[in-house]
Amino acid sequence: MAGFTDLEQFRQTYFDECAEMLAIVEAGLLDLARGGADAETVNAVFRGVHSIKGGGGTFGLSALVAFAHEFETVLDEVRAGRLAPTGALVDLLIRANDVLGALLADAREGREGDGILAARVAADLRAVLGPAEADGAAVETTPTAAADGPQRFQIRFAPHPHMLSRGNEPLYLFRALAHFGPLEVECDHDAVPTLDHLDPESIHLSWTLRLETGQPEADVREIFDFVAEDCDLHVAVETEAEPEPAAGPPPDIGREVALVGPGGAMAEPLSPGLPAEPAPPRPAAGENGGRGALAGQSIRVDLDKLDRLVNLVGEMVITQAMVAEQAASLPPGQAPRLLEGLEELARHTRELQESVMAVRAQPVRSVFARMPRLVRELSTTLGKEVGLVMRGEETEVDKTVVENLADPLTHMIRNSMDHGIEAPDAREAAGKARAGTVTLSAQHRSGRIVIEVSDDGRGIDRGRVLRKAVDKGLVPADAQLSEEEVDQLIFLPGFSTAEAISNVSGRGVGMDVVRRNITQLGGRITVHNTPGEGTRFVLSLPLTLAVMDGMVIRTGGERFVLPLTNIVETLRPRPGDLHRVPGQGTVMMARGEYVQLAPLARLLGIQGAQPDPTRALVVLLETEEGGRFGLVVDELLGQQQVVVKSLDAHYRRLDGIAAATILGDGRVALILDVAGLQAMGRGLARTAAAEEFAHA
Amino acid sequence: MHKPLPATRDAAAPPAAPGSQPSRQLVTFTLGTEEFGIPILAVKEIRGWTPETRLPNLPPHVRGVINLRGVIVPIFDLRARFGGPQTEATRRHVVIVLTIGERLQGILTDAISDILDVADGDILPAPNGDGGLVDRAAILGLVASGNRMVTVLDLGRLFAAETQALDEMQDTMAGTAGA
Repeated sequence: MAGFTDLEQFRQTYFDECAEMLAIVEAGLLDLARGGADAETVNAVFRGVHSIKGGGGTFGLSALVAFAHEFETVLDEVRAGRLAPTGALVDLLIRANDVLGALLADAREGREGDGILAARVAADLRAVLGPAEADGAAVETTPTAAADGPQRFQIRFAPHPHMLSRGNEPLYLFRALAHFGPLEVECDHDAVPTLDHLDPESIHLSWTLRLETGQPEADVREIFDFVAEDCDLHVAVETEAEPEPAAGPPPDIGREVALVGPGGAMAEPLSPGLPAEPAPPRPAAGENGGRGALAGQSIRVDLDKLDRLVNLVGEMVITQAMVAEQAASLPPGQAPRLLEGLEELARHTRELQESVMAVRAQPVRSVFARMPRLVRELSTTLGKEVGLVMRGEETEVDKTVVENLADPLTHMIRNSMDHGIEAPDAREAAGKARAGTVTLSAQHRSGRIVIEVSDDGRGIDRGRVLRKAVDKGLVPADAQLSEEEVDQLIFLPGFSTAEAISNVSGRGVGMDVVRRNITQLGGRITVHNTPGEGTRFVLSLPLTLAVMDGMVIRTGGERFVLPLTNIVETLRPRPGDLHRVPGQGTVMMARGEYVQLAPLARLLGIQGAQPDPTRALVVLLETEEGGRFGLVVDELLGQQQVVVKSLDAHYRRLDGIAAATILGDGRVALILDVAGLQAMGRGLARTAAAEEFAHA
Repeated sequence: MHKPLPATRDAAAPPAAPGSQPSRQLVTFTLGTEEFGIPILAVKEIRGWTPETRLPNLPPHVRGVINLRGVIVPIFDLRARFGGPQTEATRRHVVIVLTIGERLQGILTDAISDILDVADGDILPAPNGDGGLVDRAAILGLVASGNRMVTVLDLGRLFAAETQALDEMQDTMAGTAGA
C-alpha cells in the first residue's frame, strides 16, 4: 500500500469507526437498561470502548485514553459479574459514553475540551469501583501520579509481513511511544530478502525499542493494540532480570505463523508489578477477526465521490432522454438498429441509475436507534411512563433523507410525550393503562417512504388550540374552522401549545419547523387527531431526492411533470359526469366516487388553456394520504424519467411546485406537487363559493 | 434563506493600489434610455436571451427559470422590477447571470453597454427626490461618465427586498392553505 504519509486519512477512518462504536455501545447499554442484555451484549459494549481507547492511544489522544480506561474498567467489572448493571449504573455508563463521544468530537476538531464533565464522570466511575480500585485506577492512568518512578521497557516489535496491508504504520506507533518518554529505536533488517525476492508491500523489518517512562506497562502495550493481531510483541521491564514468560514468542518465529500466538498471549495476566490493573482479557482475536472478515465485503466511500456519481448519472438520464426524443422524430422504419440500441441504452441507464441510488440507500434504523434513549430520558424528566414501539427499522431510503429525519422525529416524539401522553394518574382516571405508548414505524408505500409517529395519549385539544391561535392572532376570532383545519393550526409558525415554556418541547420552535424540514425533503406531514385516544403524525417522503418517474403534461403553452406515483388514471369526462357543487366547485363522477376537479391553468394562472373539462383531460390523482382529486390539463405528452432539480437552490419554494427538471429539449419543466395542488384547489373552490354567496 | 449581501459590494472593490483611491469596475447595461451599472465581479456570465419557463403565481418581473448547463436559474425582468412593463424579449436581449451570495440569478436587460473604471469617490449619492423607475434602496449611487449618467445598483439589497417580500407572501399563504 502506498501513501502512508497521510496521517489525516487514518485519523478520519478512526473517527468514523469510533462513531459506529459509540452507537454500538449506546445500543448495548440501552439493552442493558431494559434488562434484555446477555453476556454478548456486555462484551460488545466492552469491545467498543476498548477499540476506541486502543485507537486513541495510537493517535496520542491521552485525555480520551485516560477516560476510556476508567470506563472500560467499570465495564470489565460488569462483564465479570462483579458489578450488577443497576439502573443507576447503566445511567452512569450512558453518561460515560456521551463523555467519550464529546472527547472524540473534541479530538476530531482538534479542540481542547475543558475536561470538567469528563473528570466528574470519571470520578463517578471510580466511585463505583470502591476505594481500592479507585486509587489504583488513578495511579495507573494519571501520568503525574505514577510515583514509583520511571521504568525502562524493552520492547521487541516484529510485524507480520502483511501488517502494512492492514493500514498500519510502525512509525506512528513509535511516535506515540515517544510521547511517553525518551525512546531508542533499533531496527533489525536481517530478514530483508535480496532485491529479486523482495515483495515491496510486505514488511521485513523488526525493531527493538527502549523506552524510559513513568507510564505503566499496560499503557505501553496499548499503543500496539491496533496491530496486536499483525505482529509479535514482547514487552519487558528492563530493571527486572527476566522477561516475563507470558509475552509473545520471539520475533523471528512469528512470520510463518501469523495467525497464532499474539492475541492469545496478550490475554495472559499482565505484569505482577501492577496489582491495581484490573487485567481485562483482550478480546483481540474475536474483534479483529470480525473486522477482517467484514473488510472484504464493504468499503468506505467518500460521500462527495458518491454524489458526483449520482449527479453524473442524472445528467446521463437527461442526455438519454434527449437522444431518445431525437430518434423518435426519425421517419418510421429508418435505422432500426439505432432504435434497438437506444432502447437497450435506456434500459441500462435506468439500471445504472437504480444501482447508484441503491448505494445511497440506508435503513432508517440509524435514526430510529436514537429514539429509545430519548424516550427513556424524557420519561424520567416528565414523570410519565412511556413505552416506545418501533417497526420497519429496516426500511431503506436515501442517505440524505435519513440524515435529515433525526431532527423532525426527535421533535415529534418529544411533542407526543410532552403534549400527547398524559401523566400516569390521569391515564388511569381515563381508563387507560398507566404506561403510554409511542409508536414509530416506517414502510414503503407507492414509491415513497411513509413514517408514522403515533401515541395513545389525549389527542389534540382542539378548543385549546383554537383559543391559542386566536390569542396569538394567527386566525381571526370569528373564524369558522373545521376540525381538520383546527388540527392543522399546530403547524403555523410561532404556534406552541405549551402553557409554560418547558425545556422539553416548548422552546418556541414547534411543529412549523418540523413541517419546514419535511417539506425541504420533498415530503409532507399530516396529522390525524382523535381526541381522547391519541394523535398520529404521518410523514411521507420520497425514497430518493434525485430522480423520479414522471408524466409530462401540457396546459396552455406550458409543460409540467406529474409524479407517476400519484397518477391513478386519465380520462375525458362526458358532460353528464360533471356536477357543480356549491363550495366544492366542479366535481366529477369517476369510478363510482365523486372527486373534486382542479383546473391546473386556474391554479397556476396559465393563459390559453382549454377551459372545458369535457374537451380537455382529467388526470385522476391520489395523494399519499389517500385523498383523490382530478387535475384538468390539456394533454399528456408522455411518460419519462426525470432528474429532480431543486428550485430553491437558486430561487425559492413555490406553492404547488415540488421541484424542476430539464426535459429532452433542454428546457426547464416544473414538477408539480400533488398534495399542494389539492390544497390550492380546495382554497379556490372555497373562494369561489364565498363569492357566489356574496352575489346571491 | 437569503441574506443581505454586503459581500457583493466589497468584492467589487479591488485592493487599492498605494496612493490611489479605491476603485471598482462596473458593467453597464441599458433598459430603454436609462443606463445601469453593476459590479463586474458579481457577473458570472452574459448570454443571449432564451425562452424561460414561467413560474406560477408570481409578480410579472419574475420571468421564470432557465437551464444554465444543468442548473435551474431564475430570471428577473429588471424593467418590470422597476415599475415598467414586462420586456418583450427577443434574441437580441441580454441575460446577465449574477452570483449573489451562493445563488445564481439572472437579470434580463436590453443590451450591455460598457465597462467603466470608477473610483469610489466618483459614485455620488442619488438625489433625495423621485428616483425615477428604481426604488431608492436598490441604488448605490450615480456615476457620471462623459455626458451619460449611470445608476449603480446595489444587488444585495435589490434581491434581499425581493426575497423578503415573497417570503412574507408565502408564509401567509402556507398558513391559510393547510396541507
